[in-house]
Parts: sequence; C-alpha cells; structure tokens
Amino acid sequence: MQFNSFSDFINMGGYGFYVWLSFGATALILTLLLISSKAGHQQIIHQIAKRKQREDKLRQARELRKQQHEHRNKELNN
Amino acid sequence: MWKWLHPYANPEVSYHLTNKLLPWLSALAAIFLSIGLVWALLFAPADYQQGDSFRIFYVHVPAASLSMGIYFAMAIAAFSSLVWQLKLADASAAAMAPVGAAFTAIALITGAAWGKPMWGTWWIWDARLTSELILLFLYLGVIALHNAFEDKNLAGKAAGILTLVGVVNIPIIKYSVDWWNTLHQGSTVSKLGRPSMSLDMLWPFIVCFIGFSLLVAVIISLRFRNEILARNSIRPWVRELVKNHTR
Repeated sequence: MQFNSFSDFINMGGYGFYVWLSFGATALILTLLLISSKAGHQQIIHQIAKRKQREDKLRQARELRKQQHEHRNKELNN
Repeated sequence: MWKWLHPYANPEVSYHLTNKLLPWLSALAAIFLSIGLVWALLFAPADYQQGDSFRIFYVHVPAASLSMGIYFAMAIAAFSSLVWQLKLADASAAAMAPVGAAFTAIALITGAAWGKPMWGTWWIWDARLTSELILLFLYLGVIALHNAFEDKNLAGKAAGILTLVGVVNIPIIKYSVDWWNTLHQGSTVSKLGRPSMSLDMLWPFIVCFIGFSLLVAVIISLRFRNEILARNSIRPWVRELVKNHTR
C-alpha cells in the first residue's frame, strides 16, 4: 500500500484533483455507455413489437374492408 | 478451410453466440478491471518525477491505444462490408463507432488532466493531441452517417467510406511523437527491446489494459446484438424472439 491514511489517498500527493478527475470522467463515460448499450436491447425489442402491432392492425383493417366489400357486392348482385 | 466460419455469418447464430459470450466477458472484465484499478490506485509506486499524477497513466494509455485499436478494427469491418457485402460486418462497425468515440474522449480528457500538472497546460495544438482530436471527429462523423439514412445498407456504405479515408489518421497519431517535436512523451510500453518501465508499474498497467479491452468487448457485444436485431426486424426468428420477450 502506497498511502498511510485515507486522506493521503484522496490527496494523491497533491495531484488529487487531476487523478480523480481522470478516473471519475472515465468511470462516468464508460458507465453511461454501458447502461445505454444494455438498455438499447429492450428498446429495440419494444420498437419491433410496436411495429408488429401496427402492421397487424393494418392487416386486420384491410381484411375487414375486403369482407365488407364482398358482402356489399353480394347484396348488390342479389 | 474457412468453411467453419460460414455459419457465423448468419445473424441468428451470431446473435445467440454473442448472448452466450456476454456473461463470461462481463465477469472477466469486472475481475480484471477491479484488480487493475485497485493495483493502479493503491499499490503501484509513485513515479520518481511525476509523483502520484503518474496514476493517470493507467487509464490514459489503455484508452488512447484502444481508441486507435477500435478504429483499426472498425476499418477492417468497413472494408469487408464494402468489398464482400457482409451485413454483419456493417453491424459490427456500427457497434464499434460509439465505443471508439468514448475511448477517444477519455484519452483526451485524461490527457488534459495529466497535462495540466505536468506541462502546465490543459491543451496544446501539437501533433499528438490534434491528431487524436481529429480521431474523435472521425468517430462522430461515422456515427452521424450511420444514423443519417433510413436504409441501413446505404448508411453503412457511407460510413464505411469515411472510415476507410480516416485510416490515414491512425499512423499519424501513432508516429506523431517521433515525426514532430511535441510535448507529449514517446511511448514507454511498446518500445521493443529494453523495457523502459519498472515491473511494478508494468504489471498493473497490463492488468488494466486487459480489463479495459474486455470492457470494450462487452460493450461492443451489447451494441452488436442491438444492431443485429434492428437490421433483421422483419425476420421470423426476430419476430419470435420479440414475442417471447414481450409476453
């Protein structure tokens, strides 16, 4: 161990500000990147699920319209 | 001879392989980084000239060399994507760019925080620092191009061309300390032959370097996974996976 006390460790031989700025900025940037990369997985799955829902709804609407159309045609023919 | 590689060009296989590798990579990264950082901050000796400010070295040098290494890897991926139209190479290049940008930013910030007490200035427009700043702008340009087009193939092509043009910057960064007079010191670690560092500084450095490299692998894998899903969103296997995840 290079330091005798905790305040010695924080002080870093007078370079505390620069050392902790470096390690702090590194930790902050990497933590943010790690969290956002991990969260991206759920986000993308959610997006794809939503798009699928929208497509399903559109398909249902199209089929309904087709059925109504056929129904009306049948009535007209009768 | 290369036939065994073939199945890995399949997005579904790659996705599941990445998923399987992730916990192992994460555990290894956590182990190496915690040992390395404690060693660097608490047990490594202070430099006889630079005192405890030398501890910045243990994040600055891995970050700087990884910022170049990731760019090199991204360039190889971009090249294979442009030449052989490997879609997964495109996905991996897109996954690497933000990680490289983050490490370039870290190299610049820690470099400034080290430069202030040692050189008396946060920043100077010399060759090493300026070329590293250009590397950051190249990364940002590549990220912007990847997001600029709805069509991911087109985006990958544009970003890939910028990546390949930017490769010229890598040797400039690497050799800037030899080619120009600069405040930045020459390399201490990769010098062949006579080791210019004492072993009780070299070992914590090696552990930190491996730890940061593993963390890079973890983050790139996480992003690679996301890129695969985003690029294959209409494939049945992705649809199936989404169904299982949102149920």
